[in-house]
Amino acid sequence: MSDLISSSDQLLSEGGRAILRALAGAIIPASEAHGVPGADDEAIFTDLMTSAGPTLQFIAEHLGILEELADDGGFLAASLDDKVRLAEQFRSAHPEAAALIVSLVCQCYYRDPRVLESLGTPPRPPFPEGYEIDQGDWSLLDPVRARGPIFRPVS
Amino acid sequence: MATEPVDVLIIGAGASGAALAWSLAETRMRIVCFEQGDWMNPADYPTSGMDWEAKAMGDYSFSPNRRQASADYPVNDDDSPIKIANFNGVGGGTVLYAGHYPRFHPSDFKVKRLDGVGDDWPIDYETLAPYYDENDRVMGVSGLEGDPAYPAEPKKASQMPPLPLGRAGETVAGGFNAKGWHWWPSDSAIATAPYEGRDQCINLGGCLSGCAQGAKASSDITYWPEAIRAGVELRTRCRVREITVNDQGMVNGVIYYDAGGVEQFQPAEVVVLASNGVGTPRILLNSTSSQFPDGLANRSGLVGRNLMFHPYASINGIFDAPQDGAQGPVDCLWSQEFYETDLARGYVRGFTYEMTRGRGAVMTALTGVHSGRIPFGPGHHEAYRSLHNRITGMVAICEDLPELHNTVTLDPELKDPDGIPAPKITYTLSQNSRDMLSFAVARATEVLEAAGATDVISEAPLSVGGWHLMGTARMGTDPETSVVNEWGRSHDVKNLFVVDGSLFVTSAGVNPTRTIQALALYVADQMKQRLTNLFD
Repeated sequence: MSDLISSSDQLLSEGGRAILRALAGAIIPASEAHGVPGADDEAIFTDLMTSAGPTLQFIAEHLGILEELADDGGFLAASLDDKVRLAEQFRSAHPEAAALIVSLVCQCYYRDPRVLESLGTPPRPPFPEGYEIDQGDWSLLDPVRARGPIFRPVS
Repeated sequence: MATEPVDVLIIGAGASGAALAWSLAETRMRIVCFEQGDWMNPADYPTSGMDWEAKAMGDYSFSPNRRQASADYPVNDDDSPIKIANFNGVGGGTVLYAGHYPRFHPSDFKVKRLDGVGDDWPIDYETLAPYYDENDRVMGVSGLEGDPAYPAEPKKASQMPPLPLGRAGETVAGGFNAKGWHWWPSDSAIATAPYEGRDQCINLGGCLSGCAQGAKASSDITYWPEAIRAGVELRTRCRVREITVNDQGMVNGVIYYDAGGVEQFQPAEVVVLASNGVGTPRILLNSTSSQFPDGLANRSGLVGRNLMFHPYASINGIFDAPQDGAQGPVDCLWSQEFYETDLARGYVRGFTYEMTRGRGAVMTALTGVHSGRIPFGPGHHEAYRSLHNRITGMVAICEDLPELHNTVTLDPELKDPDGIPAPKITYTLSQNSRDMLSFAVARATEVLEAAGATDVISEAPLSVGGWHLMGTARMGTDPETSVVNEWGRSHDVKNLFVVDGSLFVTSAGVNPTRTIQALALYVADQMKQRLTNLFD
């Protein structure tokens, strides 16, 4: 596994980076049907690498397991179906590391403007524009009012 | 290095410290508050950025052990199924709270008499009612009068209209109506109209990581500006290590670390602890002397004991029709159908359902993946879209009962950055709480299914849900069975007061902040009425 950790900064080597990117793409692949990129998209993966910060060290220590689980050709050479299967095996064997990676993937994927737009969500921060929420139907309270008091007297 | 003595030193600038400072300001005494964190800048709150959900889970997490900010202290909660939540900064826990703002019920003060469990409070609802009213005016409460779960008198007024129901509120309300069960628009500390210089809610949805709009009444933007204008001094980055006593056994000041980590001594005539149900016993237990070898004000042995949380259950439905997602205030309505004791349910006391409107895109994805509803691979997108903006539900806030074995003590090894021992939590969920949680999950599931949910996700107890910290310096009239008297003064040390959730005798089944603040105003008023003989 040591070859997945860069000797200079203890972060990911090129090989480790490629495996992590492929893993992200197996967790959330691109979809033509929905017109969205995968989590291995350049911009999303760059965001992921930046956001991972010091947790990259922990991730790097576990990525080699994917190589060990894969057939002779290694994780990168596997088909998407096989990558998904290997990712699920990885999650079963190392839930803490997998949860960290899944969290990073989802955080970065679901703030990408292309992804948000595909969901009908405005691709902007909530503040300062905010959102509109309907008041709703306050007549729903009528049966609650009709039932009368339910509090418990104390004297 | 000694500094000028002050009349009143308050430790903690959160919900209770702010209210007490504001109330005492009119005495013109020299009042100083020490806060270990900083002032907050609402422009920095997460909803100002695209990464708002990530920040809410990181730098603005309600878990101090996750946040690990320099203002935080670590908490050893390994021996508790419920983990501690807090915030260290001006405003304290109100910076990150939801603003769900119920009052206690009159019955909550007489638990022993009514149900034979816990203890009765030394004060009652009627005593606190005017202080609830005073606090409501400062904080600003949105709500709807006439809730049949509360008595008509004393009147519980609202300053602003209730939060919008939205689609999710209509869905959940419909579920309660289908069951014939109580619900009502929640009392909320979120402004639905401009109020006292604060703007109204614009439905950002990130209530639990700080309100960038300033619509949520955290005490840094309500009480503190007024208290400071009235002459109170607030010093940030002051972390108190211990409270010291003189030869007569009276408090004479505190030892603290300043922003540079330098040890300092601040003399004071009166010290008030407002550091929450974990921070307050931590300081008291760390304040040992020949006169108080087991911790200050601890001759009863009860400092740090009777720790109460509210065990939470989280119950959410998945609906075919779109709900509100993360848009809109987190809160909306409550149900107190099961608030009062009915032994046929298999437990004593009760709980409140607090509706939780929805969740953002990231949390939806994580919920789906971690619960097995969203697979890895090509199936991700269809599965995700079946959850996006389609989750809504509630939490159950269950009344916890005081038990001596649930404690805050000092960890023998873990320390904060200044070397002060960290608190250690030892807590066991009672069978009564387990039974109540199970009942709450079952009934909420019925509500959500009646509302049309196709699937229900639940978790109980909610492990991250240690938001409410109570009972560890309880009030009472008997020095053998309580730490402070019926107006917050230590039985053992007559110039030492407590005003935070540590005071609570029982926990009730509602969020505690409104009651904590009403209690702080009540204690402040008792102090003002006794200024000439405060130490008698």
